[in-house]
Order: sequence, then structure tokens, then C-alpha cells
Amino acid sequence: MPSGSENGYSVDDGYSIVVDDVSVTYRTSVEGRPTLQNTIRRLGRRERIVREVEALKKVNFRIKRGHVYGVVGANGAGKSTLMRAVTGILPPTEGRIEVKGRVSTLLSLGIGFNKELTGRENVVLGGLAAGLTREEMADKYDEIVEFAELEDFMDMPMRTYSSGMYGRLAFAVAVCMDPDILVIDEALSVGDARFKKKSFERMKQLCDDDRTILLVTHAMGTVKKLCDRAMWLHKGEVVMKDRSKEVVKHYTRFLEVNEDDELTAEEL
Amino acid sequence: MAEQMVQRTDEELPQPAEDASSQASNGKPGLDSDDYTGNYHVYEPFQVGLPPMRPYLRELWRRRQFALQLSKTKLRAKHFDTALGQLWLVITPLLMAFVYFLLITVIRGGSRGADFFAHLVAALFLFHLFSQSVQQGANSIVGGGKLILNTAFPRILLPFSSVVWAFRRFLPTIPIAAVIHLIVGVPVGWAILFVIPIVAVTLLIATGVACFVAALQVYFRDLSNLLPHVLRIWLYTTPILYTADQATERGLGVFLWLNPMAPVIRSLAATVDHQELPNATVFLGGLAWGIGLFVLGVLFFISRERELAVRL
Repeated sequence: MPSGSENGYSVDDGYSIVVDDVSVTYRTSVEGRPTLQNTIRRLGRRERIVREVEALKKVNFRIKRGHVYGVVGANGAGKSTLMRAVTGILPPTEGRIEVKGRVSTLLSLGIGFNKELTGRENVVLGGLAAGLTREEMADKYDEIVEFAELEDFMDMPMRTYSSGMYGRLAFAVAVCMDPDILVIDEALSVGDARFKKKSFERMKQLCDDDRTILLVTHAMGTVKKLCDRAMWLHKGEVVMKDRSKEVVKHYTRFLEVNEDDELTAEEL
Repeated sequence: MAEQMVQRTDEELPQPAEDASSQASNGKPGLDSDDYTGNYHVYEPFQVGLPPMRPYLRELWRRRQFALQLSKTKLRAKHFDTALGQLWLVITPLLMAFVYFLLITVIRGGSRGADFFAHLVAALFLFHLFSQSVQQGANSIVGGGKLILNTAFPRILLPFSSVVWAFRRFLPTIPIAAVIHLIVGVPVGWAILFVIPIVAVTLLIATGVACFVAALQVYFRDLSNLLPHVLRIWLYTTPILYTADQATERGLGVFLWLNPMAPVIRSLAATVDHQELPNATVFLGGLAWGIGLFVLGVLFFISRERELAVRL
């Protein structure tokens, strides 16, 4: 690794996101669910069974303002963790993340949506949690519904939504928040071709307005078309950072050659 | 090996958008720095401890509508598909009071009159405000998984919202208690207004305990099984099903001070049942418990909350 090559950069140099040597470690107990009983038992035996999962290991990158940055990688590569760290949801275990601008997130699980509540309630709650006022939310609400094309469904519980409708609403909320930085996690794979085209155009428009987009996806076509640069993560480590075409080329080759998920330099 | 790869490909390419730097220099980072919104954020490793309190409280205040709206929405969703709908908000506490009244009358051989029923109703409703806050609060973080994993906001809004939720459920029970008192024929005087500070102290205690158990449940998931029983014992050690005098007679007077809810219920009994101002020592004891638990519970929560997402 070019040691510390990224240190010393800050958001003042025209970057929206600067990620410096960031590691994130999840602490999970072996039982899966931490319980009092097991803790007492462990205390009795004077042992501490905490399994540490290193989701990200010393990840470095930075994104210029107005750019679209892609993140690719197999399942469990740490992509979602990276998104959560950049949006301030998970504190890094090591390192430092600097972000400049208002962030809007669209993570793979939806925007904290409670399926028992209606689409309208979820949208309003999501907006209020993100720090908007009731008035600002009322202003944006119609735009969100129109973009998602869900006018007839907003007062139905979200458990009745199809995954496509779910994704459309989530995407509409994220882009309508008027973010400086948009963080999108695998959301483009939902929705039909027409909606996909529409969201493409919306993201392009955001870029033209000098907004920054951090995009996690499995769709290589999207990375090639939208992203300026991309990063390939594997098991929490950065394998490669380059122009998106290069990254996609290597990553696709890796996927074809490598069925058993073992990674060696020769195979690249 | 993987590292070689990086070295080979990581030369920073000439960036087409060089004008970006000129725009970035207007807005000095650091001036508007806070954890949740604003224009500049730095995220660094978590340490147990308090975040900078000024921006934290500002963000908390900014999102007060969220806590209110969440409690309202949850309330509406809860009885959405039952035939009696929101009427359950009134029926449930009434049934509960009736069950306890039956229990006491059967066990003690019918020596209790209508006065006691009136006392029971008021005391149970107030205790219910406390226990519902705590129970709802305990699940607020663990049950708020997706919201927590996808949005950055002061997490303490979730237990706060649980207390608001319980308070909203408590409100419609006030007229019921009032009607029962009128029917039973308990006289009404100005002392009844002292109920307001009593409810306020209850909310302080409830918020403190709710925040505490909300964070604790993330570390010990068993708490959700344990809590209903703890709250039931708590109810029995509070002078609700009996009077404070009876507790003292049996040498259980110490519980009247060890239990934060006991002074509150004693104060309530004085104002509602006897139309007199509560004993100052008793009420101030309750207030001290309230302030203490509120501060401790909230600080415990805030000092842990940035780590909670990692453990969900």
C-alpha cells in the first residue's frame, strides 16, 4: 500500500469525502445474541468470547466534488459498512472520515422503513429523522410521490408494497432531499427499465449540479456508465482503485475466473 | 499481493473537474461542525464518553417533531385494525383497574369500598404511564434497527418518543379517573392541581429509566423477558394495592424510599384521595429520585449511543 499517500488531504482541497485508514470492526458475541445469562456464565468462567469481525481494514479513498464514485465487490466485502461509516451511522474503529456537505443516504435496507406504517408515514418520519422540519417535508412530499409514481399507494401499509415500489420510494426520498452528497447502496437494481432510466437521469442531473455520488452496486453496466472512478473491495480490503472501466474489467475477470472466492495476485 | 495491485493502479488520474477546488474553499470546515447535519463532519473512533453537548442538544431539539410524530404514528398503527379501534386506549386501563380491584376484594374478603376503587384507578393509571414508558423504551433501540442502521440522528429520540407514546396513552385515562372519582363522591378541591407536578416527576423517572433500559437491552437482549416481571414487582412494592401506612405497619417502610415511584404515588394519594397537599418531604423525595434518574439515565444513554449501531 502506498503508505499514507492519502493522508494530508482534506476536504478543503476540493474533495467531498476523504476516508483515511478506516477500519470498522463489528463486535458480536459468538452466541449471535448477547444475553445476560451467557455473560454471567462467561464471567463465571472468566472468559470473554467476543468475536470480532473486521468489516473494513485500513480503507483509504477520496472523492472529488461533483464526481460519481463506484464501489464494487462480492457479498461481504464491506460495501454497506463503508456506506454506513461515511454517513456517520457507524463510528470507525480506527482512522478518520471527513465529509463535506449535506448527505442523503439510500442504503440497501430502505430508509428505516417500518413495514406496518403507510408509505406516507414512513416518508415523513424518515425526513424528520434526517433533520428536516415538518414544513420542508410537506414541500418535498409531493415531489417524492411524483418521482416514485406511487400516488395511489401512499396511504397503504408498506408491507403491501412490491420490492420495486419499495425501491422506487426509497430512491425518490433520497434524491428529493436535495443532497450535496448522495450515498446509494444497491438500489438501482429495483424498478423497471423505465424507472432505472429516470433515476440515471436524475443522478446525472445531480452531478451536473456539482453534487457528489457514492454508489454501491453489483450492476457493472451502471458503474461503467455513471462512475468516474471506482474501488473494488474484497473482504474489507481495497483491491484496486482506478478509473471505473479498469476496475470493472478486472473485477469482471476476477468473477469469471474465481468461483471459490479466493483471491491471489496471479489471477488478476 | 492485493497491495501490489493497489500500487499499480492507484496513481491519481488527472481530474477533469479542477474547478472543484475553488468552490470548496468557501465554507470553512470546523465552523459549522456537528455530528448529524450541517456541512462538515468528521467521524472518528468511538470512545465511551459524551459527545460535544451543544451541537448534540441542538440536533435533538431540531428533531423534536420526529419524536412526537413517531409516537403518534405508533399509537395510530397499534389499534388500526381492531373493531373498537382507539377505544381500547380507554378500555384497557379500566379493565386493568377492575382486575386488580377484583383481586384485592377477593383476597381480602370484600372489605374495600368504592373509595378504594377510586384510589386504585388513579394510582394504577399513573404507574401505568411509568411502566409503559419503560417497556416501550426498552425495545426502542433494538426494535428500531433499520432506522438506526440507515439514518444518522440522536438515538435518544427513540426512548424519548416511547415516553411521549406512553404519555399520549395516559392522557385519555385522566378523564376516566376523574369521572370515577365524581361518581364515587370524592370531594374535589384545589389540591387536585398538584397532580400536574406529580405527573411531571413521573415523566422524569420514566424517561431516565427508559433511556437506561433502552441502551442496556442492546447489550443484554434477555432484558425484554425480564422486564415485565421486574415492573410487576415494582408495582407491588409501590403503595398502590395498599396504603403507605399499611406498608409502614408491616415494617416495609424502607421500600417507600428505596422505590422511586413510591413517593410519587403517595403524593398522588394525598392530592386525589384526601384533597390535601402532599407531604413536602415525600414529594421532594420523589423529585430528587426523578432528577437523579433522569440525569443518570440520559447521560448513560448518550455516552453509549454512538456505539449502539455496531451492536445491533
